[in-house]
Amino acid sequence: MQCGTCTGSCGSAARMEHTPRQLWRMVQAGMKDEIFKSRTFWLCSSCYYCTLRCPRGLPLTDTMAALKRVAVAEGYTTDRKSAPFYKAFLDSVRKYGRVRESEMMARYFLAVKNPAVPLSFVPLGMKLMARGKMDLHMPGFGGRGKLDRLYRKVMELEAAK
Amino acid sequence: MRYFYYPGCSLQHSAKEYDISTRALMRLLGHELMEVDDWTCCGASAADTSSRLLSIALPARNLALAQKSGVSADILVPCSSCYLNLRRAEDAMSRESGTADLVNRALSEESLSYSGGARVRHLLDVLANDMGAGPIAAGLRHSLSGLSVVPYYGCQALRPFADFDDPERPRSMDALIAATGASVFDWNMGAKCCGAGLMTTKKELCLDLVADILDDAKGADCIATVCPMCQMNLETSQKRISKMRGRPLEISIVYLPQLLGFSLGLPEAGLRLGLNLALTRSFTGRLAAMSKQIAAPGR
Ligand code: SF4
Repeated sequence: MQCGTCTGSCGSAARMEHTPRQLWRMVQAGMKDEIFKSRTFWLCSSCYYCTLRCPRGLPLTDTMAALKRVAVAEGYTTDRKSAPFYKAFLDSVRKYGRVRESEMMARYFLAVKNPAVPLSFVPLGMKLMARGKMDLHMPGFGGRGKLDRLYRKVMELEAAK
Repeated sequence: MRYFYYPGCSLQHSAKEYDISTRALMRLLGHELMEVDDWTCCGASAADTSSRLLSIALPARNLALAQKSGVSADILVPCSSCYLNLRRAEDAMSRESGTADLVNRALSEESLSYSGGARVRHLLDVLANDMGAGPIAAGLRHSLSGLSVVPYYGCQALRPFADFDDPERPRSMDALIAATGASVFDWNMGAKCCGAGLMTTKKELCLDLVADILDDAKGADCIATVCPMCQMNLETSQKRISKMRGRPLEISIVYLPQLLGFSLGLPEAGLRLGLNLALTRSFTGRLAAMSKQIAAPGR
């Protein structure tokens, strides 16, 4: 179906290379290369407007997430920030159980290897620190993680599916 | 009432004032919060980019911890993203037996299991529906009469689980705000997205979304939020957005429990307005005049 309700509901559509409606057509047509050379699905904020309104009741937001998973798993790097950011987040959670914002961001900065990225967060970091809303933690690599067992088992179960 | 309390990671650091004001308000209203022991991150919007199973197992771990305690109580969640993830884990595990089985196999690594039945509730749901406007009106210490307050709901408290409000035209904050004596600002952006976690990786897009929200709120005195991501996104780039749009769009942003708590006479120690990043001088001045208790942080 191509009614375009998803595109009309999407706050991100204006900045996407392909609108959600176009993207679903591309998925149906199996245009894998074009899809993953674009950053369209990384612009989905998971606001669930399209899912709420889809007259066919399709799980569109979840499908956007599935595209993100494929991009990560198959190593598409068209979008240089998204995959490293979410990976830094999940690594921080694995290690400490809870996100430590400064530690997670430090991991992310190391992964994107672009000095402009950390610099752009300095003003916010200063404001947060001034109010005691950010503790400084440097990333700890190696060693045991709080959620190692859960992560390991999930990966094992995913691989066996 | 007794509730389990799942604060989530943001409320430990960048959204401390949301945690503090939620706890203080609930205590003042005579409710007990039992923090879920040993809780861990819900996975936010990150887990789903790696593994769907992980995106359910991470929140499910917390449902299992609450269940393990043997107490039966609703789980109160102030962060909309955490609320969505916990609620989604409960939904997926009760509807997909294959998923429930896989998640429980993963949880068994920590001798945990979850057998269903958790009632995951957003803070706004609890405030609007378990408590309602009555106790606010009855306990009012500082009337906010003369203030115009914008109710901002964001996305994930409302969608995809429309548990307690209309997911497109939400109204649940109206009566609470009105009970403080303030007027409810009439606008169209209450359920629109602020960009959420995209502020880190897709800043330009987020600034556009936030600019539309601030633009529509122009003329009001403050925006009330019920999510740490909404709060941060609306707070942090007001100067830049004003420049972008060529008009002043600075406005005070407060968490709903801060606003309600203030009207009920909670002291600054239970509000921590001094931690907010966007409070205009005129707004803090008016609050100070209403109470004499608030040390105006200015900015
Ligand atoms: S869930 Fe994603 S694709 Fe759907 S309307 Fe929201 S931002 Fe757009």
